Amino acid sequence: MAEFIPVANTRSASGVPTGKLALYWLLCSEIVIFGGVLASYLMHRLAHPEFGLQAAHTNVYAGTINTFVLLTSSLMAVLAHSAAEHGDGKKAAKYLWFTIAGALMFLCIKAAEWTSEIQHGYTITSSPFWSFYYTAAGIHASHVIAGALVMLWVIQSAKKNKYLYRVENVGLYWHFVDIVWIFLFPLLYIAK
Amino acid sequence: MNAPAHGHDHVHDDGGHHHHHEMTFVEKYIFPTDHKYIGKQYLLTGMLMAVFGGFFAYAFRMQLAWPGSDIPLFGHMSPAEYNAAVTNHGTIMIFWVAMPVLIAAFGNFLIPLMVGADDMVFPRLNRLSYQIFLVSAIVIVASLFVPGGGFGGAWTAYPPLSGDSAYNLTPLGSSLWLVAVALEFVAFLVGGINFIVTAMNARAPGMKWTDVPMVVWMICIASILFMASVGPLMAGAVMLLFDQTLHTGFFDPRQGGDPILWQHLFWFFGHPEVYVVLLPATGMVAEVVAVHSRKKLFGYKTILFTAVGTGVLSFFVWAHHQFIAGIDPRMANIFTITTVLISIPIAEMMFLYIATLYGGSIRFTTPMLWALGFIFAFLIGGVTGIPLGASGADIYLHDSYFVIAHFHFTFFPIAFIGTFTGLTHWFPKMFGRMMNETLGKIHFWGTIIAVHCLFLPMFVLGLAGHHRRIYDYTNFPELSTPFLTNIGIFATVSLLVLLAFQFVFVFNFFYSMFKGPVAEANPWKAGSLEWQCPSPPPHGNFGEHLPTVYRGPYEYSVPGRDKDYWPQSEPA
Repeated sequence: MAEFIPVANTRSASGVPTGKLALYWLLCSEIVIFGGVLASYLMHRLAHPEFGLQAAHTNVYAGTINTFVLLTSSLMAVLAHSAAEHGDGKKAAKYLWFTIAGALMFLCIKAAEWTSEIQHGYTITSSPFWSFYYTAAGIHASHVIAGALVMLWVIQSAKKNKYLYRVENVGLYWHFVDIVWIFLFPLLYIAK
Repeated sequence: MNAPAHGHDHVHDDGGHHHHHEMTFVEKYIFPTDHKYIGKQYLLTGMLMAVFGGFFAYAFRMQLAWPGSDIPLFGHMSPAEYNAAVTNHGTIMIFWVAMPVLIAAFGNFLIPLMVGADDMVFPRLNRLSYQIFLVSAIVIVASLFVPGGGFGGAWTAYPPLSGDSAYNLTPLGSSLWLVAVALEFVAFLVGGINFIVTAMNARAPGMKWTDVPMVVWMICIASILFMASVGPLMAGAVMLLFDQTLHTGFFDPRQGGDPILWQHLFWFFGHPEVYVVLLPATGMVAEVVAVHSRKKLFGYKTILFTAVGTGVLSFFVWAHHQFIAGIDPRMANIFTITTVLISIPIAEMMFLYIATLYGGSIRFTTPMLWALGFIFAFLIGGVTGIPLGASGADIYLHDSYFVIAHFHFTFFPIAFIGTFTGLTHWFPKMFGRMMNETLGKIHFWGTIIAVHCLFLPMFVLGLAGHHRRIYDYTNFPELSTPFLTNIGIFATVSLLVLLAFQFVFVFNFFYSMFKGPVAEANPWKAGSLEWQCPSPPPHGNFGEHLPTVYRGPYEYSVPGRDKDYWPQSEPA
């Protein structure tokens, strides 16, 4: 089917480009989803001080490394955006590949961490803390995977210097994924 | 900020996208990207699901009126089937009838037409939204036929009953129910983003925010409310699904979880959800009241602010569903105050509709009758909410038939009277033919009388102590006195009458679609943009020249003009 782009898509009565505006609304809906997870966790956490004892068994080193990995990948997304602003789609695509590499490294470290924890007997059913730990980080990880897949798709057009505005939009999404982790990391790993 | 590559610099002369190639049947009807066809898909799917929802209502009302008897078309009803019927009646009517019809069908059909655009901003995303919705509808229907039967833990799905199949005895039904509801949420998040962005960005040149028709505002505010409230329940749905399938203990007190947490997550969504479906219905009533009384909508901005005010307040009332769930009485006081407060903006909105009628030149067309019926029936729903919002009275009335009667006097006007208001008004635009007015009026009077006879007796039953989850009252002699039994039977007979009158509508709907008199472009002489293009609008809606807007949508009976309406797109 021929690609049909309606005039509606090209209008911008609000002044914000249509794609970016939609992305902002998507992020709004994501904020309340993670807000729900975190609020549920905090309600439990405040009512159950013994969560701290469970949290002591998390691997803070792995979490710290992962925080740096994600922040670095966000830097790569910013550099990709900067390249796209200068109209250099090839360079933007290159930096997006680095961002994807960061996503993969994050997932590998996470997998190793979970494997070790499950081997030590801390599974999703061990206690409410571990249920929240795996569920919250799992929902976050699914967003990491989704972001990486979307970046793969954006690279295909960016390297041909087409639809360069998508680089910024996927970058915004990636920063959101990053920020969620900035909330999850202290709440799940550090708070004792 | 840098202008994006797809900015609006190459727009206005761009007629090249109007490939008027003949679309195949599959392109046009099965996988359309045209907002009008997607809207009709939502409409017909919603109407089909209403058959399921209505059939369940018929089955369990028959069981309540004549306990243990053989129900025609259903047979003997077991307690488990009764629970599954009430659960899926509620779930389907709200998530698969009210939402797809009021928000998705009318939102899809009306928003691009009313803001003067050729389509939604993301037509393929729009198609995806319907496809996800269709899958969710198939899953919820399938959940009724799996071993163990459909989920029977009420549409609120409170754990621990919903979380453990040892309690609910529907291991597959409860998980499928949850998956279906979550998929439906995804469909409406995707669709909602499309609606909001279309109304924000794709408005015709010259259309200021005060020139946007009220129903577009209402659907957008509803979409924002949905988006802002459903997130925690999405998270909760994942948690409950893990409780069901992996046996985690998020909501299981035996494992350190908290069942009340689910109630908070559910009602933080569930109460705004009432306004998510209410606002589009009131928006359609606003349009119809203005057009059919030939008068400018009274207090346009005030109506808008009351809608926003209602939306904001709706996030602070949820715990009034939990007054007897063991919440702190001091907190109950606060939620009583917010609950009573929320009646102020909504009452204000209804007054403004009545003020629009005052001094107007009222035409009692079928859509106008429905709009007036909405205001009347919703009034009963509104005032009976006040004793339920007061925590002291609610301790007695909670979960009684008084609650059932109250929220059916809100949801029936919303989901059905609101839909009939919109459908009879926009039918000529949707299908290019007029509906039969005589049949429309027969349907209106039959429905409006029957629905009052159906739900008014339930206030009495509730005050007498009838509880909503009882399958058979014959075991409670003090609650099955001849008087209470008879008014229960009266309610059931009224339901049968109500259902019978819907055949009039279904006949009128399909007969008029093919055989009705051909409609002109603007049969109601209305001013908003959708009436300025042909009926039904072609692909691309307005042809090569999209309209420019010069004034508000409600310029009726302007002094000094020979016509009593003034189209938005007519140059001054």
